[in-house]
Amino acid sequence: MHAFLGFVRKEFRHILRDRRTLLILFGMPVAQLVLFGFVIRNEVNDVTLLIADPSQDAMTQALTHRLLASRYVDGVAYQTHLDGIEAAFRQGLAREALLFEPGFAERLQREGLARVQVIADATDPNVANTILAYTTAIIQSYEQDLAATTAVSPGIVPNVRMRFNPELRSVYLFVPGLIALVLMLVCALMTSITITREKEVGTMEVLLVSPLRPVPIIVGKVVPYVVLSFIIVLVILGLARTVFGVPIRGSVGLLLAECLLFILCALALGILISTRTSSQQVATMIALAGLLMPTVLLSGFIFPISSMPAPLQALSHLIPARWFLAILRGIMIKGLGLADLWTETLALAGMTGLFLIASIRSFHDRL
Amino acid sequence: MPVIEAHGLTRRFGDFTAVDALTFSVEAGEIFGFLGANGAGKTTAIRMLTGLLRPTSGEARVVGFDVYTQAEAIKRHIGYMSQRFSLYEDLTIRENIRFYGGIYGLPRRAIRARTQALLERLALTEAADTQIRALPLGWKQKLAFSVALLHEPRLVFLDEPTGGVDPITRRQFWDLIYEAAARGVTVFVTTHYMDEAEYCDRVSIMVDGRIAALDTPHSLKQRYQVGSMDDVFLKLARPAASP
Amino acid sequence: MRTVFYLLQKEFVQIFRNRAMLPILFAMPVIQLLVLSYAATFEVRDTPMSVIDQDRSLTSRQLVDRLVASGYFTLVDQPATPEQADAALRRGEVKLIVHVPPRFERDLLETGAAPVRLVLDALDGATAGVVQAYATQVLARVSRDVQARTATAAARPAPRIEVRPAFWYNPDLNYETYMVPGILVVLVTMIATFLSAMNVVREKEIGTIEQLNVTPIRKGPFLIGKLLPFWLIALVELGVGLAIARWYFHVPMLGNLALVFGLAGLYLLAMLGLGLWISTMADTQQQAMFIAWFVLVIFILMSGLFTPIESMPAWAQRLTLLNPMAHFITIMRRVLLKGAGLDAVRVQTAALLLFGTVLLTLAVRQYRKVTA
Repeated sequence: MHAFLGFVRKEFRHILRDRRTLLILFGMPVAQLVLFGFVIRNEVNDVTLLIADPSQDAMTQALTHRLLASRYVDGVAYQTHLDGIEAAFRQGLAREALLFEPGFAERLQREGLARVQVIADATDPNVANTILAYTTAIIQSYEQDLAATTAVSPGIVPNVRMRFNPELRSVYLFVPGLIALVLMLVCALMTSITITREKEVGTMEVLLVSPLRPVPIIVGKVVPYVVLSFIIVLVILGLARTVFGVPIRGSVGLLLAECLLFILCALALGILISTRTSSQQVATMIALAGLLMPTVLLSGFIFPISSMPAPLQALSHLIPARWFLAILRGIMIKGLGLADLWTETLALAGMTGLFLIASIRSFHDRL
Repeated sequence: MPVIEAHGLTRRFGDFTAVDALTFSVEAGEIFGFLGANGAGKTTAIRMLTGLLRPTSGEARVVGFDVYTQAEAIKRHIGYMSQRFSLYEDLTIRENIRFYGGIYGLPRRAIRARTQALLERLALTEAADTQIRALPLGWKQKLAFSVALLHEPRLVFLDEPTGGVDPITRRQFWDLIYEAAARGVTVFVTTHYMDEAEYCDRVSIMVDGRIAALDTPHSLKQRYQVGSMDDVFLKLARPAASP
Repeated sequence: MRTVFYLLQKEFVQIFRNRAMLPILFAMPVIQLLVLSYAATFEVRDTPMSVIDQDRSLTSRQLVDRLVASGYFTLVDQPATPEQADAALRRGEVKLIVHVPPRFERDLLETGAAPVRLVLDALDGATAGVVQAYATQVLARVSRDVQARTATAAARPAPRIEVRPAFWYNPDLNYETYMVPGILVVLVTMIATFLSAMNVVREKEIGTIEQLNVTPIRKGPFLIGKLLPFWLIALVELGVGLAIARWYFHVPMLGNLALVFGLAGLYLLAMLGLGLWISTMADTQQQAMFIAWFVLVIFILMSGLFTPIESMPAWAQRLTLLNPMAHFITIMRRVLLKGAGLDAVRVQTAALLLFGTVLLTLAVRQYRKVTA
């Protein structure tokens, strides 16, 4: 036991001495939190709108003013030629063009129908769709105001309630993902690299012939990372709560316990990678491509799983972070307890168990 | 003209003086032993003389060039074998030789001819296309030494070249050193095997960053009235180590 | 220049001899491109919905039918009470609750106005916004139909403005078309940056750098020898990726491919310069890897890959000017998808030129053969 503690102490010293890595370990989650909190937004704004308005009548001008006053339009430029629109789209100067038909107001008053074409730069389909929806909404409300003078009733009135996140803030969504990402990074990537490093430099053999048994050696190597990652989780939670106002509605104890479960899972994966690779380079690339990218892209961190094609939705079940994210979001944002989250917890625990068994077996075979 | 001339050569790292006012010279064709306990400053001194590390103060000329201003010129004329093994493990013997030959700007034909000669001399022709990682340590060291001499330098630095190998291989290694010296190459070698010190023309013994003694092994043994270089070393090193 | 040849020969032999690394270099990016391009979508469809219909009238049934017919929603549950519905929402089984109160139809017909309650799971705010927009559109259509049915013949129809949408460059609103070029940039960048970031520091760790430093090799040829192999590999991967984009994802390639490769070469010089700079700075591969990862994550998040740069606050938009990845993703999208020429991306090109020069200079200056 004494030898083991000494060993753990040595590992701690290694980590604490590497100031640069430490700085990054703490700086990265903070930087990402700031990015997700202040920078990364899904809503569309600051769109420059091109307008072709041959008649320049009171109605087209009223509509133009309404569009300009809306939150998403930043500025308006007049452009009658399609070539000019094309050039502006290509250079990224505008994303939308509005073409009023000639004699717009006259037609609307005489025939009760006027046409406007909305051209959207659809290279980003998401933005194009959103822009079209905004524009249509503004035109519809103008239409209704016109109709008000002819006394038509409002019809079905939607009474919308946004649950859990009434201000639609993206940090709510991203903080749990960030925690998963950081835990993967520290527990899986860093441990796999430190262990392969010892193999590469040759010190692993020295350790293995020492009186310490292999399992305590590995445990000793990962303990500091567990502590470190736990501290980082607390930092993220603290910042998310104080600076960004992300709530923790459920039980904090349960939250930390689930984090511990995920840490175990990530560690098992890290050890598995390190026992099966012999160079740091390979370990890094496998951990990056096999663990971190899926954690970012297939877990629902950024892209909703429900939007993915069916095979990928099925594949996402194999990503531990998917379950962990559902659990974290449930506890933090929705205030759920274990009663609602036991399937997810069971899935995560099952995977962790499998990875642990695999890594221990592989460890005995390979080292 | 001496091949190495050092005068008051000093290197400090912060408050710690690793090498303290070294003054010595090495003549052409000599096998010069550079002895000292671990941490006595041997490697730091070598790093300064090879142009890897800038001295804090003092002067030194190596193969006629100044270590401050002409480090790159020095590098063209010296060979170096570091204590950390320096051939690429994932390249074959032939590829390693070709690579270092190319780096020193040897013409293609010369590389081919010298590769052939080197392989024959070391009896490694059979293994020429084996990756270095598969070779025993002794072979690797002999090979590294030969590669360090590939561009026919006038002076070669060997930093603990024989660490970790058996006495027979060490003996063979020293045969290679003698051969090189016989061709006129000056050899500057650090070691902590005292029996190896006996093979040198002259040895210096470093203690705490300073040269405590410098002479032929014979004169040193006479001066300290002992039978072996081991005892010379213990006499010099002990006062520093005991408090 | 002959030294460069020997360095290149050595690096290539080492790269292609590393059996564990080859599949990672060449197969992994292809698999990732194939898988991740499908994953990276914000498209909203088949949103699971539960309906509490307390009215059970013709209109309320028509409303539900219309919601389902729109294709945006799937009816998964018809709970009896709002409490049950909310429990399902909390568990994440449904994302939208449509609650039609009693007397809905009668209110609508008698007073011309009737409320419908929409409860959304707004955890993912952006998706919730889109879901709300879709639901509201359907409700508006239903009420227009109801009004049309009940309107007296004497009343004049309300004036209508017809909106005709046109989606340029991507008329089918195909998400992969948009994401594939961007994801390709990220994959190629990761390979190039990580390999170069770990290269020099690897020689430091195994000790061969000392041996190189006592040779008369000059810094320029040394760094060219380190850089060129990864530059070529990255360009080849870009080519493979573009082929997949063209023939598998059917991404239109309107622009000049020579321009794409030319600018890619420039961009890669900047990123490799960054990698080498990190590598010459770091003491261990672990450290190099971490620094590279840190920088790349920030570059990716601020590149406009996932979320438009225009959505960022003004200060962040200005910061993206310092991000070579943002510039190159813009270039790829504009040239490939919109057929832009050099003229339309001259700002980005100038920026890449600047980054390349600065980063390579930093790498050359940071690499020292002599320790001070």
